[in-house]
Amino acid sequence: MEVSQGMVEPFVTTKLDKIIGWGRKYSIFSYPFVTACCGMEYMSAACSRYDMDRFGAGLPRFSPRQSDVLLVVGTINQKMAPVLRQVYDQMCEPRWVVAFGACTVSGGPYNNYAVVQGIDQVVPVDIYIPGCPPHPETVLDGLIKLQAKIQHQKHEV
Amino acid sequence: MKKAVRGHAPDADALKERDQDLLQLLQSLLGDEIQSHRHGMDMLELVIRPESASSVSRLLRDSEGLEFDYLMDQTAVDWLGRREIRFEVVYHFYSTKHNRYLRCLAPVPESRPEVSSLYELYKAADWYEREIHEMYGIRFAGHHDMRKLLMYDGFKGYPLRKDYSMKGRQPLIGPGSRQES
Repeated sequence: MEVSQGMVEPFVTTKLDKIIGWGRKYSIFSYPFVTACCGMEYMSAACSRYDMDRFGAGLPRFSPRQSDVLLVVGTINQKMAPVLRQVYDQMCEPRWVVAFGACTVSGGPYNNYAVVQGIDQVVPVDIYIPGCPPHPETVLDGLIKLQAKIQHQKHEV
Repeated sequence: MKKAVRGHAPDADALKERDQDLLQLLQSLLGDEIQSHRHGMDMLELVIRPESASSVSRLLRDSEGLEFDYLMDQTAVDWLGRREIRFEVVYHFYSTKHNRYLRCLAPVPESRPEVSSLYELYKAADWYEREIHEMYGIRFAGHHDMRKLLMYDGFKGYPLRKDYSMKGRQPLIGPGSRQES
């Protein structure tokens, strides 16, 4: 984005993709799909001390139809997988998925018959946040990386 | 006699002494139903036959002096390769009236994995037995509903059996599973 000066009226030149990306990355409405202990850490990251709102992701919507980032927070087992997929399918484009915590990334400590070994078997994942549970700082780092991804991708209008 | 301190395992002799009258009462009431008994590290243990689990439990619950009115826990053990009779269903009873515990063990052979159900006596047995059934494949004769409790319908096999593969993974179900897409 450039601001031109010295002309009669200052004006801004940009690309449509860039300005849409800029708008979208700072107005993330997330849907927290919380199933386990990572939920506590999500709450910590979202509340005032770490405050995800500073990065424009302060409004969780508790309906997948109103949200554009699906935060999968906690263990997803085989029985839960269809539910997660249904929630994902209800979200409008554009949508992103964040795998929050070791369980969603790879099954984490639960290498057994009941737990999905990574939610990327069920939904496409944009950002993986490792940790058991992840620090709030790690979460914010993941969020910033997601924003960079949103900024630099092509936006269909 | 040493006094049992809360939080520490009481010593074997003290337990034996404590449970002596309970054992006598049980022997007089149940007779041949008790195949053997043992003073466990925390409570008295009886070995019973699987087909008489419900009749023994009825006596335990209703007999005067016993009144084991609370089924605390019911689970199973797979002794694969360790014992001749592969499975064992474990019952933990508690008497709220007499503040006494009792453990009953019913050895169940692999060839005929069936135990009589306690559902009619203790409503708590309902979900215990459903879980044991789906995890160990032990049937409960007289149970009203042997559907799976925790796993989904398409799940095959009994995951808590020792011969269930550690790395055994079953295909995902529902929309988004790789079979569908």
